[in-house]
Amino acid sequence: MAFINKAAREINCKIVYYGPGLCGKTTNLQYIFERATPESKGKMISLATETDRTLFFDFLPLSLGEVGGMKTRFHLYTVPGQVFYDASRKLILKGADAVIFVADSQEARHDANIESLDNLRTNMQETGLDPDATPFILQYNKRDLPDVESVDDLNAALNPRGVPSIEAVARTGVGVFETLKLTAKVLMTDLRKKMGSPT
Amino acid sequence: MVNPQMVMYEEEFNQIQTVVDRLVKDANARVVFIVDKNGQLIAAGGDSENVDTTSLASLTAGNIAATGGMAKLLKEQEFATQFHEGEKANIHIQLVGNRVILVVIFDAKSSLGLVRLRVKKASEELNGVFEKLLKKVQEPGADSPFAEITDEDIDNLFND
Repeated sequence: MAFINKAAREINCKIVYYGPGLCGKTTNLQYIFERATPESKGKMISLATETDRTLFFDFLPLSLGEVGGMKTRFHLYTVPGQVFYDASRKLILKGADAVIFVADSQEARHDANIESLDNLRTNMQETGLDPDATPFILQYNKRDLPDVESVDDLNAALNPRGVPSIEAVARTGVGVFETLKLTAKVLMTDLRKKMGSPT
Repeated sequence: MVNPQMVMYEEEFNQIQTVVDRLVKDANARVVFIVDKNGQLIAAGGDSENVDTTSLASLTAGNIAATGGMAKLLKEQEFATQFHEGEKANIHIQLVGNRVILVVIFDAKSSLGLVRLRVKKASEELNGVFEKLLKKVQEPGADSPFAEITDEDIDNLFND
C-alpha cells in the first residue's frame, strides 16, 4: 500500500525482493546501496544471522527522482529465503506495492525456485495481495555460472503470467538497476491506474 | 477498493503534526514520530534531526508486525503497547487504531508513567484524524494525486 503525502508532495512505495535461499536478494540490495548516490539513499539495514543469512529482512530506502512534481521514495525490502522463516516472510510481504522474484538460474535450484514461487503465491493471498494483479517482475540471477537453465526453460517453469523478466549477475551488478527501474515503472503505472487517473 | 492507498492531505497532515508537537512537550520526549504499519514515516517532531527516523520507522513496523504475529499465535488480537528500556534512551511504541504506530523516544527527563498518560490522550486524537482521512480518501471523486502524471513522466523517472 503506497503512502501518498500530498502535503509533502511525496509518493512512498514498498518493493519486496522474494526468492529461494541464497538466490541473491541481499546481493541486489547491497549493489544498489553501493552504487546509489549518497543523496538518493538512506542507511541499509540488515537483520541477519551471524553467518550473514537474512533473519528478518534487509531494508534500503531510495529516492528515484520526481514524477509530476512529486518526489518518489521507494522502500526496498528482502525477505529471508530459507524455508523455515515463512512467518517472517509473510510479515514483510504485507503492503507491498510490487514484488521482484529473484530466481537462481542454476539447474540444481530448479525445484527451490518453484517451491519459493508457490510459497510467494500462497503468502500473497494470505496477506491480501492479488498474485495475478500485483506488479511483478522476474529476475533470472547468476547467469554467469555454469549449468544454468536457459531463459526459455526458466520462463516456462516460473513465468506463466508472462511478466517482464531480466537476466542478472547481482554479484557484479549486471541487471540489478535494470530490474529496479523496470519495477519502479510498472509500479507507478499500476498505482496511477489504481488511483483512478483520467488518462 | 480492497486495499486503499493512504493519501495524506495538507489539512490532516497539519492536525497530525500539531498532535505530535504537543506530545513532545507534554511528555517531555526527545523525539515523537508516527509510522504506518508498512514502515512509512508519516510525521516526526522533537529532536528528529539527530535520529535516523527512516530506519527507525522501518524497524518499528517490523517490530510491530513480529509482535502482531506472536499475538496471533496466542489468539490475542494485538499487543498494542511495547516499551524498551535502555540505559539512557527508552522507546514507547503504541499501536493507534490498528492502523498507525505512535513512537515516543524519551530519556531521564521524563518517565514511563507520564509518557503512557500523554500517549493515551494523543492516540485518541490521532485515531479521530486518521478515521476522517480514511473516509476522505474513499469518497468518490476525491482528486487523484496522479491526475497530472503522464506516461512520459513515468518513463522519465530514473532516466539519469
